[in-house]
Amino acid sequence: MVPTTYYLLLSAVLFGLGIVAFVFKRNIITIFMAIELMLNAVNLAFVAFSSAFGKSDGEVFVLFVIVVAAAEAAVGLGIIILTARNRRSLNVERVDLLKL
Amino acid sequence: MSDFLTHYAFLIVPIVKIAILVFIVLTVDAYLTWLERKVIAHIQSRWGPHRVGPHGLLQPLADGVKFIFKEDPLPASVDKAAYFIAPFITLMLALTSLAVIPFGPQHFTVFGYETHVGIADVNISLLVLFAITALGVYGVALAGWASNNKYSLLGGLRSSAQMISYELALTLSVVGVLLIAGDFSLRNIVDQQQNGNLGLLGWNIVGFSKDGIGFTQIIGFICFFIAAIAETNRVPFDLPEAESELVAGFHTEYASMKFAMFFIAEYTSMITVSCLATILFFGGWLSPFPASWTFTDYLPSLLLIPFGLWVIFDGIRYETIFGRIVLPGVGAVLTALGAALIVFPPFNDAIQGLFWFLAKVFTFLFVYIWMRGTLPRFRYDQLMSFGWKFLLPVSIANVVLTSAVILWRMH
Amino acid sequence: MTASLFIFFVLAALAVLGAVSLILQRHPIHSALSLIVVMVALAGLYLLMGAEFVAAVQIIVYGGAIMVLFVFVIMLLNAGEEERTNFSKLATYAGIPLAVATAGLIAAAIVRSSSGTLSTAGASGALTSTRTLSMLLFKDFVYPFELTSFLILVAILGAIVLAQREN
Repeated sequence: MVPTTYYLLLSAVLFGLGIVAFVFKRNIITIFMAIELMLNAVNLAFVAFSSAFGKSDGEVFVLFVIVVAAAEAAVGLGIIILTARNRRSLNVERVDLLKL
Repeated sequence: MSDFLTHYAFLIVPIVKIAILVFIVLTVDAYLTWLERKVIAHIQSRWGPHRVGPHGLLQPLADGVKFIFKEDPLPASVDKAAYFIAPFITLMLALTSLAVIPFGPQHFTVFGYETHVGIADVNISLLVLFAITALGVYGVALAGWASNNKYSLLGGLRSSAQMISYELALTLSVVGVLLIAGDFSLRNIVDQQQNGNLGLLGWNIVGFSKDGIGFTQIIGFICFFIAAIAETNRVPFDLPEAESELVAGFHTEYASMKFAMFFIAEYTSMITVSCLATILFFGGWLSPFPASWTFTDYLPSLLLIPFGLWVIFDGIRYETIFGRIVLPGVGAVLTALGAALIVFPPFNDAIQGLFWFLAKVFTFLFVYIWMRGTLPRFRYDQLMSFGWKFLLPVSIANVVLTSAVILWRMH
Repeated sequence: MTASLFIFFVLAALAVLGAVSLILQRHPIHSALSLIVVMVALAGLYLLMGAEFVAAVQIIVYGGAIMVLFVFVIMLLNAGEEERTNFSKLATYAGIPLAVATAGLIAAAIVRSSSGTLSTAGASGALTSTRTLSMLLFKDFVYPFELTSFLILVAILGAIVLAQREN
């Protein structure tokens, strides 16, 4: 079987790539997708440990993470739509003043 | 040589089964288009295709040749990645969903490798089917968006919103069956509808199954079938791809081969949904007659022999010479098959499950086509409010009712 | 190289390629498609570990609902390609080596931790059937379960209020 370390390394790599995308991209929707990538990396670590120890608690946590990510995506995208309507741009570098 | 085959049988046997299944499904797709055109034509008091071969039977072949030789234009300002991926995803998902469907009860051994009638026997096959249905939204949405065309985009978005809404009702309507069966595996769901001598009454639609725990799933079946029609974008839910509405909806900008991929994917998903409906609610490959009535084993030959004789009789008097040669030939093959089933009982036993499965699937396909010829289409807001305000609550009510009955009966 | 290890490397490579493609693509819709590839690869990895229900839920909910929401928003807002800006040279020439060093540090910490001897279960699936999962979910974790359903309700109401046009 596959050692747990491999899964944890993959999870760390994906998390790191999510951080890179979060910092370097300028489109707000892509930044939001980077957050989802980070959540997925964490899910992978949860399932890896759940499988290694033979208990299902990790999988229950994964279900909760998925649910919370769904709720967050819904509200976050609503906010993004509103901001895009007001500022007429999806570029985060343009949203740097409180004044419209 | 046979050593190599035995050693690698786990790889070769599924590949051969996949090749056979894809060939059969593509042929059935093609002749399903013929059947649809004929049935709708007869509903509308006209003849349908009847020139291209005897009774228009070579029409699908002509359509295929047309698709191959027609020019496949690439509009200038499309998003090339999404434009190429969209029909490919749709077709790939539609064909993959056939892999987890069990077609018959037999387990047989070839080259020492025990296998079954069906490609993959996973124990979450129903969940795999739902996952594939969920991903099918992307093909439509990307096709609409990639075409760089207002009408395609609107059609694609409407169609994907419709698919997502009805997917909820589809998944929930099946939960009643899952509660009774206690298992996600489609093969086990069919096996649990087999109740010794009850035959038809053991099916989930009637529900006298499983040690008295069963409950009739007729509400679940109606919700499932309606949701499935909306999922596959067929009439009366086909506003997004209707020809008089948004030009042709999301596949306006697609021509020959890519359009053929969407077309094949639609008919293949029709077939998958019909197979699912028979497995979940109508007992899959189980015969409606009780198992002790073994004389009903001769029903396939009882149907094949008169049909074959009728085809011969009709072919002899056909108008074209080609028809006068081909049709009696086909009829003779059918009659010989029917006679062979009577003469060789082991062959007859092996074919029983498959015969009932195919009969039920074709009944559902006929109902699909019948609805296309008869019903007008929904307006988009009527469609969405029907899905969210009627079908979803009824599916949830079915789940609550089934679980209440199961709990009550377990005491 | 057993079959499990081979499949792990294929799926892991697919996931990493998808994540890198998310960063490198210019148009958000292509980034969304790359993220979907990552999620499907992760679902395959969950299957490899024997967590079949979680794999199915990942594809149905994450890949079939949340990412569809992203794709719809990108299509409706007509998000265009990103413009080119000038990054500071410091970020590129000092940042990338630092990032690699940090990653190496974290990787070393993982490898030396006590999980080095652990090994995940195979794909035999007998590990966690859906029955075990639902027993846990509805008995031990029923309070968080009800809370998350309430959270979804609040999110739905929030999204509806946010998306209304002002009259």
